Amino acid sequence: MAMAALRREGRRFAPLISPRPITAVRSSPIAPTHEDEGPIGVRYISTQVVRNRMKSVKNIQKITKAMKMVAASKLRAVQTKAENSRGLWQPFTALLGDLPSVDVKKSVVVTISSDKGLCGGINSTSVKISKGIHKLNSGPEKETKYVILGEKAKAQLIRDSKKDIELIITELQKNPLNYTQVSVLADEILKNVEFDALRIVFNKFHSVVSFVPTVSTVLSPEIVEREAESGGKLGDLDNYEVEGGETKGEILQNLAEFQFSCVMFNAVLENACSEQGARMSAMDSSSRNAGDMLDRLTLTYNRTRQASITTELIEIISGASALEG
Amino acid sequence: MLRQASRLLACRPKLAARARPFSTDLPAADQTADATFTEAWSKVIPNLDPPKTPLSFMQPRPPTPSSIPSKLTVNFVLPYASALATKEVDMVIVPATTGQMGVLPGHVATIAELKPGVLSVHEGNEVTKYFVSSGFVFIHANSFADIIAVEAVPLDQLDANLVQKGLAEFTSKLSSATTDLEKAEAQIGIDVHSALNSALTG
Repeated sequence: MAMAALRREGRRFAPLISPRPITAVRSSPIAPTHEDEGPIGVRYISTQVVRNRMKSVKNIQKITKAMKMVAASKLRAVQTKAENSRGLWQPFTALLGDLPSVDVKKSVVVTISSDKGLCGGINSTSVKISKGIHKLNSGPEKETKYVILGEKAKAQLIRDSKKDIELIITELQKNPLNYTQVSVLADEILKNVEFDALRIVFNKFHSVVSFVPTVSTVLSPEIVEREAESGGKLGDLDNYEVEGGETKGEILQNLAEFQFSCVMFNAVLENACSEQGARMSAMDSSSRNAGDMLDRLTLTYNRTRQASITTELIEIISGASALEG
Repeated sequence: MLRQASRLLACRPKLAARARPFSTDLPAADQTADATFTEAWSKVIPNLDPPKTPLSFMQPRPPTPSSIPSKLTVNFVLPYASALATKEVDMVIVPATTGQMGVLPGHVATIAELKPGVLSVHEGNEVTKYFVSSGFVFIHANSFADIIAVEAVPLDQLDANLVQKGLAEFTSKLSSATTDLEKAEAQIGIDVHSALNSALTG
């Protein structure tokens, strides 16, 4: 009889718990394992589970807010550097033009990504673009290889393109980014990888909420000569007199290497900015979500608390009226 | 994650709206270079927007004028800053590998590599001098000069004592060098420091 009463009460309280996917709370009236501040035998819903959940969600909100602040301050630091470095690649594009659709045998895609996660979708975008360029440049007698900077792109590309990866470089941002480090990196890539065209894929920083995937093309000196001779965009290149050096080829070689290191420097800085900006907005939406969740949980908590008070009152009153009547 | 996707989709039309100011600046020639790429891209990967290329982020350069302009427009860029951006000057003297080269408006189009030396910019009566470590200079037919240097400092920030010390240090390194790499490094150090020396004295 007592068990039937308990079962009835259990069923009455089950719909009071909101139909949100907080399964832990729903299971508590069914399994009377948590007795909370009352004499043994009085059954009411425990608020402990909801309270625990609220505490953890509040902590998550604090952490994501702090991460957003940290990302904002890092962004400020890198943004000035990136904006100052924007003048670096413009002379090269003014001289050599930009030929993303150039037809070459060996292209190498340099994908720049971040090492740390929680930065939104920018790394996936870079990887998708890299795979797209790989597809665009594959065909008979043409091959495309990858050079990967950053852990996140490595994780994604190693899964299906393992044999096409030439070089993987991680922990780029351990020390603050500077030109010397990037030029050493560029040197490594140039030494170890054969290429006709290098395509650098990165996210260009436009503003805190907008990052544009961009691809910069750097051609090897032989291809530059070929395109200059065949006319078209680089046809004017032959009009330029080349000072110094023994041969024109030597100067063009130095030029191509210098261009690569300058473009890489700008690309790495822009990607770092985009990473911090994306992390800022990801953490911002995450703390907003946590705030919403906290509001919903607070409502549930209050409802649970009030329900248990009502239950207690009902029991007292029905007990009292049973005694009288 | 769905929220991110919807936010990214909402961002895309904003990007297109922002890209429109650039497209009005671009002359038709630049757009064709991108057009072949975007066409090829949309054939192979129809679901994704094609990535942008550097041409869409650059102001186009003016074409070669028929008469020689009176001023030279100089862009002097370093990895950390643009020291001069589209500044109109009378003359610049650059330290090319073949010697000091003076550049006036209407100079023939040239590509030159720079060696460590002094770069001077002449504007009216003022002359600004920088010590440049190395780099490249592009002189275009439309009297635009792009100087890209790895490191450049105004001459008044150089310390003569440190220059002498550095020169002595590298000379001793050259004499004690064993491998070719060490010899080359020491030689580079000596070249830079002797250029610094002559910049300070001369």
